[in-house]
Amino acid sequence: MINSNKTVPSSIIAKLKASLHSESQVFELEVSSEFPSQGITAILGESGSGKTTLLRCIAGLENNVQGQLKVEDRIWLDEKQNVPTYDREIGFVFQDARLFEHLNVHQNLQFAVKRSHEKVKRAFYEEVVKALDIHHLLRHKPEQLSGGEKQRVAIARALLIKPKMLLMDEPLASLDDARKQEVLPYLAALQNMFHLPILYVSHSTDEVCKLADHVIVLHQGKVIIQGEINEVFSSAELPSIYKRETSTIVDAKIIEKNERWHLLRAEFGGNTIYLQDNKQTVGKTVRLRILANDVSLSLKDEKESTILNRLEGRIAGIEVDKNGASALITLEVNRTEIVAQVTRKSVDDLFLMVGMTIWAQIKSVAILA
Amino acid sequence: MGLTDSDINAIWLTIKLAFTVTLILLIIGTPIAVWLAKTKSWLRGPVNAIVALPLVLPPTVLGFYLLIAMGPNGPIGQFTEQLGLGLLPFTFWGLVIASLFYSLPFVVQPIQNAVEAIGSKPLEAAATLHSKPLDTFFHVILPLAKPGFISAAILGFAHTVGEFGIVLMIGGNIPTETQVVSIQIYDKVEALEYAGAHKLSAIMLVFSFIALLSLYSFQKRGIASKFRVGR
Repeated sequence: MINSNKTVPSSIIAKLKASLHSESQVFELEVSSEFPSQGITAILGESGSGKTTLLRCIAGLENNVQGQLKVEDRIWLDEKQNVPTYDREIGFVFQDARLFEHLNVHQNLQFAVKRSHEKVKRAFYEEVVKALDIHHLLRHKPEQLSGGEKQRVAIARALLIKPKMLLMDEPLASLDDARKQEVLPYLAALQNMFHLPILYVSHSTDEVCKLADHVIVLHQGKVIIQGEINEVFSSAELPSIYKRETSTIVDAKIIEKNERWHLLRAEFGGNTIYLQDNKQTVGKTVRLRILANDVSLSLKDEKESTILNRLEGRIAGIEVDKNGASALITLEVNRTEIVAQVTRKSVDDLFLMVGMTIWAQIKSVAILA
Repeated sequence: MGLTDSDINAIWLTIKLAFTVTLILLIIGTPIAVWLAKTKSWLRGPVNAIVALPLVLPPTVLGFYLLIAMGPNGPIGQFTEQLGLGLLPFTFWGLVIASLFYSLPFVVQPIQNAVEAIGSKPLEAAATLHSKPLDTFFHVILPLAKPGFISAAILGFAHTVGEFGIVLMIGGNIPTETQVVSIQIYDKVEALEYAGAHKLSAIMLVFSFIALLSLYSFQKRGIASKFRVGR
């Protein structure tokens, strides 16, 4: 298990033990985790890994939970007390929206406004309604809304309780791809607008790479790996189900547009990279994902190659995969690290060793957000 | 229509009885129904069975036990005498108590079904929105289960109006005190006053039909939870 080595204020502490008894089986969750009270922390795992259960434990929606739960200066669970859900200052967005069917959208939002522990000012209400673009839906009943609209209303309702933390349980999972694309930009914008720590449960590495700053990977009720997004996805310890997803995730700034070749020049950690121009604006920061499988290595700068993005770096680590055929190579490239997945045979043929200088050839870069 | 004074008295008494019983049952039946819908206790089965007993027991059995309990040597009788209320058999309030037992399942079950149909999801959502249990009851459960409450009220009222056996056991046949329509009809038939029996019977028939019609057409619109007796 690796922990983030960057100094982030770790002020959400969850040391939880829960056993859930359903009809025929017992599910045990055992999590000990600290994560930053800022940014988006994703809880990633397959179905049945306990990610939703973890979120429900934090919200106080599960019985039989023991341990310690501390959010900033508030204790929600320890040996002495177990604060009921209605006194925990959380906003919870369920996978199935769960709007109250007997109330229209406006009344659903007012349900939260009336019960918030902090006074909700008119301006804040307007801001939330505007941020989620639901003004035209206020008089509608939940049954008249599309799945994406329902989810936006549910997010607005959760924000209007003025929570200390927003918990989101696969808010996109019940939506089709088009609806996902409709809601995703709102999610990305939330963090910037409302400065709330968000705990985001998902089984989709795609969503997680787009949104999260921090990741906790769960498997069978236990944390297998956690840390900053790039640290987790570039780790050789990434669980086997996500092996193919091993990648470098960086935030790059767009420096220049090249009109002639329809390319963008972007910079990250002292490196220059060329991206396909997808109408991004100069000066904007974009999140990039480079799959380890899309990076190959060469001992010299292959100028006579179609690969545009070639970066010079130093080998910082070589981890042989459990399968015995491939190896994950970590390169220090200026101020960042890039990972490359190569065969063990190549490592042997090229006599690759830690400390060597080498060229990384990046075949493709995905712009995530 | 040519109703006699005693007919009008009987009708009025029946309405008063049904109204009182329905009101009290909605108040005491709701917590029982909500508890039954939510609990995981082992008591759920026995309580469900007790609530449903009047559906299968002959009214005479229930009437017999209530008569003893409310009599001078019964626990209810001794209690009411200590309070200075006297004995309840053959009084209006004796009828009310007997009807409460007899109509209980008709009020509890529709509410219970409606609350079960809501499930835990909206309640969890309410809790995450700082809504305490009582707040959730009044602002989420009650409005969502409204069709169930309406069904319960209609059935409770109609069933109390339609009582006969238990009324005869507990109330006897005292004009303006315990002589309800069903007893009045019985009296008339015994006395071979068929014309009078016809009028009251027709009124009962039309009333019952309208009550059930309103119940089912209301359910057909798809907003009421289905009424099921004897789950």
